[in-house]
Amino acid sequence: MLELEKVTRLFGGLTALNNVNLIVPANKIVGLIGPNGAGKTTLINNISGLDHPTSGQIRLNGAEIQNAPPHRITRAGIARTYQNIRLFSDMTVLENLLIGQHGRGQATFLDSLVFTPRFRAEERDLHERAAQLLERFNLTHAANLRAGNLPYGDQRRLEMARALATNPKLVLLDEPTAGMNPIETQQLGEQIIRLQEDGLTALVIEHDMSLIHQVCDEVYVLNFGQILAHGTPDEIKRDPVVIEAYLGKDEDHGAA
Amino acid sequence: MDFFRSIGITEIVFQFMLVNSILGLSIYLTLYTGMFSLANAGFMAIGAYTGVILTQNFDLPLGVALIGGMILGGIIAIPIGFPVLRLKDIYLAIATIGFGEVVRILILNFDTLAESITGQEVKLTRGALGITGIPKITETWQLIVFLVVVAYFMIRLHRSRFGRAMAAIRQDEQAAANMGINVVYVKNTVFIMSAVLAAAAGVLKAHLTRTISPGDFGFDQAVSILAFAVLGGTSTWIGPIIGGFVLTALPEILRDFKQYRGIVNGSILLLVIVYLPGGLVNPAGWSRLWKRLRQSPEAGENHART
Ligand SMILES: Nc1ncnc2c1ncn2[C@@H]1O[C@H](COP(=O)(O)OP(=O)(O)OP(=O)(O)O)[C@@H](O)[C@H]1O
Ligand SMILES: [Mg+2]
Repeated sequence: MLELEKVTRLFGGLTALNNVNLIVPANKIVGLIGPNGAGKTTLINNISGLDHPTSGQIRLNGAEIQNAPPHRITRAGIARTYQNIRLFSDMTVLENLLIGQHGRGQATFLDSLVFTPRFRAEERDLHERAAQLLERFNLTHAANLRAGNLPYGDQRRLEMARALATNPKLVLLDEPTAGMNPIETQQLGEQIIRLQEDGLTALVIEHDMSLIHQVCDEVYVLNFGQILAHGTPDEIKRDPVVIEAYLGKDEDHGAA
Repeated sequence: MDFFRSIGITEIVFQFMLVNSILGLSIYLTLYTGMFSLANAGFMAIGAYTGVILTQNFDLPLGVALIGGMILGGIIAIPIGFPVLRLKDIYLAIATIGFGEVVRILILNFDTLAESITGQEVKLTRGALGITGIPKITETWQLIVFLVVVAYFMIRLHRSRFGRAMAAIRQDEQAAANMGINVVYVKNTVFIMSAVLAAAAGVLKAHLTRTISPGDFGFDQAVSILAFAVLGGTSTWIGPIIGGFVLTALPEILRDFKQYRGIVNGSILLLVIVYLPGGLVNPAGWSRLWKRLRQSPEAGENHART
């Protein structure tokens, strides 16, 4: 589904990504782990079009997307969340989910001006879909609250709901459980598994190894911008190179 | 109306209040989308001159002049917006001030330029002295109708997919793009809408003031337009209308203190920016101010971060 070939990203003298080859097969949950500053977020920024590789190709179902603008990539079926929550915090929860569906809509401003049937049908459709997502993520009670006023865990879930609102085939999750308590983390894990059941694909950056175990089919390990290892969660856990470079050195990453 | 008269609001003042609230709305569109553009005075000039030339040199009715001015403003906004809107914040402000200056200087020298190209005498913009003797044909009811139409436009905009995209871009441009919003398209379209509105205000105002000259559309005017929106607030479309009303009416109400007018106007703007950062029309801002006033006088010192 998603294929990265020799993706390199330089920031001045710093090599944030170095010849990264990575494949996310359709309907799989792929984990991406690595120490702080390894280049994980940079990788997601490059896939989602906020940043572009210095060299190399990124392909979505065979089509090159490494130079496409972010809105095209979203409309092509890739959605994302952010490591540091980036909700539209002055807007309501519901509005966040309506904006998430922007690319699905067709109605222009003129449709809205004269209330065309297309406008009304579409708004109804967008609100219905938003209501479904609210329910799925347990946010129905908060629909009309300001997103920025939600408790932290709810904000994280709203970010994921908003990503799903774009109607993606592939979801990129950048540390979706950061700052969550164990119960919330467990529930979010179930949401990720549900993505797979619904036929979606995901690339998940995570520091929480038990969550990786719970949800991932395979895992890539990134270190200093390079892929260090690739395998099933169990293989990765036992890989001596990984243990030395990452797990063994810094047991406490889950708290980061 | 007697009450308004008694506090100094004559019909012509009321007409300027209406025109200025339209100007406030024109900059509101760009501010609401997170674009700090000061190009509105330039587009207003384009509208004013186009409109007056159409009514005076071509004897066309005001309605046609209005449409002509709006179309030309919109067309000129297209090639300006595309390169300039890549800039942000203060850089965008400076670039758009530059645009305003270019417009002003082009209008100033338009006749001379046209003469040197055509070889004939041209009397269209009439240089630094500007155009005088313009009939005062804009009527109050026309301004009210126009403002009501624009207000309806604003209401529908905010309830549309496009309007939601505007707000999303203001809050987080990158996240908006990741939601599938074509940021470049939305920004450019809003810039054009803003230009069209400013040009319309220019046409209407030119047929109130009886004279226009390039100096009327300089940096001062650009800042005044910004002040309407900032004083009123940019969280809803009502803000810039109130801002335009207040800042136009106030100098008239305070005409007895003529020599202090500038000071009073400036102070009010300063007070609002400091104590009501969201502008006059902003319930959250008022309740915050109210709380702070009730708590303790010293608490006001820490307002900067709230
Ligand atoms: N826009 C940028 N300009 C310059 N350097 C950058 C930029 N973005 C990231 N970097 C650098 O690239 C490296 C990789 O950063 P990145 O954020 O991708 O790491 P990460 O794996 O997500 O780390 P963390 O676990 O802390 O989130 C870091 O050294 C970072 O400082
Ligand atoms: Mg990161």
